[in-house]
Amino acid sequence: MLFFSFFKTLVDQEVTVELKNDIELKGTLKSVDQFLNLKLDNISCSNESKYPHLSSVRNIFIRGSTVRYVYLNKNMVDTNLLQDAARREAMSARK
Amino acid sequence: MDTPLDLLKLNLDEKVFVKLRGAREMTGVLQAFDSHCNIVLSNATETIYELVDGELKSSTKGSEMVFVRGDSVTLITTPSD
Repeated sequence: MLFFSFFKTLVDQEVTVELKNDIELKGTLKSVDQFLNLKLDNISCSNESKYPHLSSVRNIFIRGSTVRYVYLNKNMVDTNLLQDAARREAMSARK
Repeated sequence: MDTPLDLLKLNLDEKVFVKLRGAREMTGVLQAFDSHCNIVLSNATETIYELVDGELKSSTKGSEMVFVRGDSVTLITTPSD
């Protein structure tokens, strides 16, 4: 549940998602669910010349399982809060 | 009782080396993890290894904050240097 909550704090911020097929999409994170499926708005493809089939798409649903990385800006994340949340998650996962 | 993931807790806020699927590695400061091995790293450097005409080439890519989905992660350890 930790990363579900984490991504909920990132809603309406600009993120870059790298998929397992190497496509990179930059866009505004609009919504996230428990499977870490993502909805992005106003996307642009960072390597568009390689993947021209996405150039006319503005708004996209990404199945969570196809995500490799999500790149964020440092200022979007409170690292102390995140580390504490990770410790608490590790405690509760043992039960 | 300590489970393997309890040991990861000791690496929070420390530099870690993460091996990933697809001949990729990443080093960075561990900020968060869960039971799926989803992780967040700050000041991360990714290294991708590729064979180009039979020669091993590596490329690196840096990022200030990155979420890595757990199903790509194969191991997490402390860096060797």
